[in-house]
Amino acid sequence: MSSIPPAVIFILGALLVPLFRDKSKNIFIIFLPIAAFYLITQLETGSFWHYHLYGHDLTLLRVDKISKAFGYIFTINAFAAFVYAFYLKDNTQHMAALFYVGSSLGVVFSGDLISLYFYWEIMAVSSTILILARRTQRALNAGMRYILVHLFGGLCLLAGLVFHVSQTGSVSFDAMTQQSLGTVLMLIGILVNAAAPPFSAWLSDAYPESTVTGGVILSAYTTKTAVYTLVRGYPGWEVLIIVGCIMTIYGIIYALLENDMRRILAYSIINQVGFMVVGVGIGTTMSLNGTIAHAFCHIIYKALLWMSAGAVLAMTGRSKCTDLGGLYKTMPWTLLFGVIGALSISSFPGTSGFTSKTLIIEGSIQEHLAWVWMVLEIASAGVFLHAGIKFPYFVFFAKDRGLRPGEANKSMLMAMGFLSFLCIFLGVYPQPLYAILPFEVNYQAYTLHHVVNQLQLLMFSALVFFLFLPLLKRTETVSIDTDWFYRRGGHFFYRMVDKGLNGLNEIAERVFAVRFPEVLGKVSREFPWRLSLLIVKPVWILRGSGPEELEAKRDALRRSLDVGAAPVGIGAAVATAFLLLFFILTDLL
Amino acid sequence: MSTPDANKDFFDKAENIRKLWICLYGVCALLALADFLLPTKGHFGFDGFWGFYSILGFVSCAALILLSKVAGFLLKVPEDYYE
Repeated sequence: MSSIPPAVIFILGALLVPLFRDKSKNIFIIFLPIAAFYLITQLETGSFWHYHLYGHDLTLLRVDKISKAFGYIFTINAFAAFVYAFYLKDNTQHMAALFYVGSSLGVVFSGDLISLYFYWEIMAVSSTILILARRTQRALNAGMRYILVHLFGGLCLLAGLVFHVSQTGSVSFDAMTQQSLGTVLMLIGILVNAAAPPFSAWLSDAYPESTVTGGVILSAYTTKTAVYTLVRGYPGWEVLIIVGCIMTIYGIIYALLENDMRRILAYSIINQVGFMVVGVGIGTTMSLNGTIAHAFCHIIYKALLWMSAGAVLAMTGRSKCTDLGGLYKTMPWTLLFGVIGALSISSFPGTSGFTSKTLIIEGSIQEHLAWVWMVLEIASAGVFLHAGIKFPYFVFFAKDRGLRPGEANKSMLMAMGFLSFLCIFLGVYPQPLYAILPFEVNYQAYTLHHVVNQLQLLMFSALVFFLFLPLLKRTETVSIDTDWFYRRGGHFFYRMVDKGLNGLNEIAERVFAVRFPEVLGKVSREFPWRLSLLIVKPVWILRGSGPEELEAKRDALRRSLDVGAAPVGIGAAVATAFLLLFFILTDLL
Repeated sequence: MSTPDANKDFFDKAENIRKLWICLYGVCALLALADFLLPTKGHFGFDGFWGFYSILGFVSCAALILLSKVAGFLLKVPEDYYE
């Protein structure tokens, strides 16, 4: 019991899903994360399941505080998501979700790079199925783009892994200490999954096309396993501070431009993961604690936000701000839970964002990184704009579109209620969270100064939102992101290749298929004739033929050569002349 | 039996919206004034003056909105752009 890999429960469980019918199916699925959570609490610290494979030492289970922290939140979130999806009977989605959650647990509990890579790729495939499961053409297209980007990321990781292993001779996965081609390629592969620009567009492209429950599940695992991998492999890599800062601002700008509520939430994932990536880049015990705590809380409130958006989508069939509004009248509970999620993501005092994100910000203060601290504070204010207020305001208030859907179903409300409780519980009593962090926490988030300063930052952000509301009017547009390069750029590339290669083909055909045989034919006809003429003409002239006679003889010679009816003597003469020419030439050369 | 006003909810009524605006201004004013009682303790030296967080919140959010507005002119395309 103390050394069963938690991934096994989900992956074996997924295979059993089709055996269950109706409600027992959902109950069975909800039971799996509970069992896995219990198992993780019982896991002893250490490494287990060592295998020697093709000269490498694999460690299938490595348990420490970092992997356990991620294991807890991955199973808690899976539990909430499966309660939320209690109405859902679709085997495809359930099995894909279980494989996806299971393989992400596999990543965080792998002790070596090879098994990590193995689970990494299962995640890519199973998450793609969650997108395709919506069964619309848009989802199909987005899913295809999604898997291609992730295969690219996976290949970067694999290539880096091969370089790294051949250089160091070890497959063990610990903090990378030197910058080499291998470690940098692996970092790029991981940053693709962390949705760091310019590899970020897959997230806002694909997640909003997923199913109602698919979005809830997807929002948690891919980016956060990437954060786990960064914490484990790349703490203190300063480039991550810059990457993370860019992510925080980038996420806000794009979320402000967006019209689709689930695309707003998708961009805010990038913004939030940016904070975590900065924490990894700073690399101190305080900031790494902050990254893990923030990943933990983020998974909860982000799932909560996706749930409330999903409930709206399920009840109205709409997801664009320009089509939504006034839903507070008939969906008050969904609104309440959505607002709790929105306040948490904005680190409002009393919510989990406040007790987790501030650890990262404190980390930047302790390291005297003034500009990093400024960016994080500005981004914190911006989060309140784009996710804290914009999402609830445009969906539930703003213009009443006359939509009167009912409240979300009970299982959805229960799941949202559970996560809302966790948001507030960890906001007012963060000690249980701090206790599972890898390093001891000597930090008090609730000082009067801190609370007042945070409220000043957020309330003035709110004031700006409402003062600038006319500027924030939603338009029926999408924004060009880096996916342009493979969505539009792909067409340009196709056209360029079409013109280039097919042009080359055309030239080749003109030269080699048409012109060359023509010339060859002409030469093979003309050459023997001219050669023969060269030899026999002096003979004819010596014999005293006049110009007209010469002309006639020449034509006769040509005709007889064309039809192959030349007198044997001429043929022999030509052959002799050819041999003579040949010998002279070879002699000369 | 319903009069037009009876169908209206809290947020549909103009006077309520006005009250909410007053609340928002009031809260912001109180928070800004709180800096007199609790002078901001700066971490880096440049951030220790009166009203730092209020100003930071206001200015940075205004800048982000304006920046996104400018970015919108360059980046926004019709929804069927990729279709």
